[in-house]
Amino acid sequence: MLKFIIRRLLQLVVVLFVLSILLFAWLRALPGGVVSAMLGERATPESRARLTEAFGLNEPLPVQYWRFLTRALQGDFGVSTGVQPGKTATSILIERFPATVELSVVALLLAVVVAIPLGYLAAKKRASFLDNSSIVVSLIGVAVPVFFLAFLLKYVFAIKLGWLPVSGRSSIPDATQVTGFFVLDGLLTREWDAAWDALKHLVLPGIALASIPFAMIFRITRASVLEVLDEDFVRTAQAKGLSHRVVRGRHIMRNALLPVITAVGLQVGALLAGAVLTETVFNFGGIGEALKFAFTLRDYPVLQLLVFVAALTYVLVNLLVDILYAVVDPRVRTR
Amino acid sequence: MNDSQMPDRPRGLGARRKQRIDDLAATSGGTTVAEAGTVDDSGGVGLIASAWRRLRRNPIFLTGLAITVAFVLLAVLSPWIAPHDAADNPLIDKVSRQSNPIPGPEPGFPLGGDDSGRDLLSRLLVGSQQTLLVGVFATLFGLIGGLTLGTVAGAFGGWVDSVVMRIVDVMLSIPSLLLAVSISALAAEPSQWTVIIAVAVVQVPIFARLLRGSMLAQRGKDHVLAARALGVKRSAIILRHMLPNSLGPVIVQATLVLATAIIDAAALSFLGLGNPDDSKPEWGQMLGQAQQYIYDNPHLAFYPAACIIVVALGFTLMGESLREALDPKSRR
Repeated sequence: MLKFIIRRLLQLVVVLFVLSILLFAWLRALPGGVVSAMLGERATPESRARLTEAFGLNEPLPVQYWRFLTRALQGDFGVSTGVQPGKTATSILIERFPATVELSVVALLLAVVVAIPLGYLAAKKRASFLDNSSIVVSLIGVAVPVFFLAFLLKYVFAIKLGWLPVSGRSSIPDATQVTGFFVLDGLLTREWDAAWDALKHLVLPGIALASIPFAMIFRITRASVLEVLDEDFVRTAQAKGLSHRVVRGRHIMRNALLPVITAVGLQVGALLAGAVLTETVFNFGGIGEALKFAFTLRDYPVLQLLVFVAALTYVLVNLLVDILYAVVDPRVRTR
Repeated sequence: MNDSQMPDRPRGLGARRKQRIDDLAATSGGTTVAEAGTVDDSGGVGLIASAWRRLRRNPIFLTGLAITVAFVLLAVLSPWIAPHDAADNPLIDKVSRQSNPIPGPEPGFPLGGDDSGRDLLSRLLVGSQQTLLVGVFATLFGLIGGLTLGTVAGAFGGWVDSVVMRIVDVMLSIPSLLLAVSISALAAEPSQWTVIIAVAVVQVPIFARLLRGSMLAQRGKDHVLAARALGVKRSAIILRHMLPNSLGPVIVQATLVLATAIIDAAALSFLGLGNPDDSKPEWGQMLGQAQQYIYDNPHLAFYPAACIIVVALGFTLMGESLREALDPKSRR
């Protein structure tokens, strides 16, 4: 088990190293170089020279890369030039990351809570009306662009009906902040109305963002339950008269959920990509929205850091999933 | 739950036995894909032939196929169907910046116009062309890139495999949209082709991983070992024996990617990284550009969005039913 974890950690280091090279190369490959990309129309020979000096762009590439790497390892990615000028990229990340985590967790919870039971029922009643209609819904979920769904929800439930807030994370500006997770903060400080308000702000973006993982988790649960239902041990368990509850919990779901765990891990990437679109529609103030601004305003320090963090989150979550998987299923460890 | 299962079981067992035989026939008949296609129905049934037999009666597949055929026909015929030139602006007099930026419907213009006074219906019809172009080329480029990487990795194995797969891992670790956006930021000027390339790059690692997996499975198969024992050249074994037999899942994925490519292109437009030249309309671009008028004139977004959803659904329905038909495990 320890060997398995160590091997996976080594792979992680390699992936992160290659990623750092790619990010470094990417910044240097920008049209006209990073200096003109950042200065744009305002470029004068003096300002160009100053920036070139400041970034150390006149030094050999390996030296530049080494400095980039050592600074990055200390969490120093430079100062924002567009999203929140003057602030360091790292402080922007720290300020905005909780919002995206909160939104993603809500979306993933929504998806899991609906998709797994639905997948089980659909498989159990194969080819029934419930099965067919939930398949169609999950396929439509894949076909609808996330930002359009987000807009649709906002238009109907926030603008036309006025049931839920239109945008942002909170409408109580003086709510106490402890962790940056607004719902949690409200609960910790016993400001119930602040927690309730933050939760209401999460509903629409949460549903929009949940549409991607929902479709995937539903389909994998359904396929996986179908496969397990056909196994001999399930038939044996039923034949020896175990109650349905026991067969469902101990024999079917315990085995069927293994591939679902992997699928949930892989959905983290899709969630982060979807967060860019959803947060933009709802002005949610997380790293997704910051990424959109950073691209529009060509804020490269922020971009570099946020893309790196998005990839790091994805890799770490999947490492955790793999370890969890190895704990649950001994067959994996020997591979 | 009990009564839903009991009558099912004997039927299920019989069907399963038949299906096992079906599977055996499929695998024995289908040594190579090319061969499998030519095997006639009297003997063994090839994988493709038996897949087609099941697809022909599958309403999900037929719906997807119908949507796709209609979409392609529309793309080809739209210049003749469209009542107006998509780039022409006959309604420009009706556009006023202050009161009414979007001309409403009137005789000859059933859906009204856009912010430049161009006929919305004509733009939607002609938009199918560029949309098809984006979908097909993004998929094609992604496929070529992925096939190359996956074939190299899967065919050679060893350290080549390790290096290629680490690069693929890194590409997969960056959320797809961020990767596409990063690639399109590299272009000096955004155009339809930068959108296509950005969307294609995202698909490369997926195709590569898929193909490598099935190539690795092929390496130990009897027909590959036999070819190697007969002294067939390595390149010939890879290209003629391993590659054609690994293509099944890749074809399925390509069908699904046609849908995601169109959706991703729309997302790029939404983020302001789409093709700025709108003389040749594309649905994703129209949807992206409609965002600025979305509260007062949501119909500008609804129509292209509906087109994208229907077409993406068509490709997805086709891809999913193909996957099910080609997967021996799901033949029930």
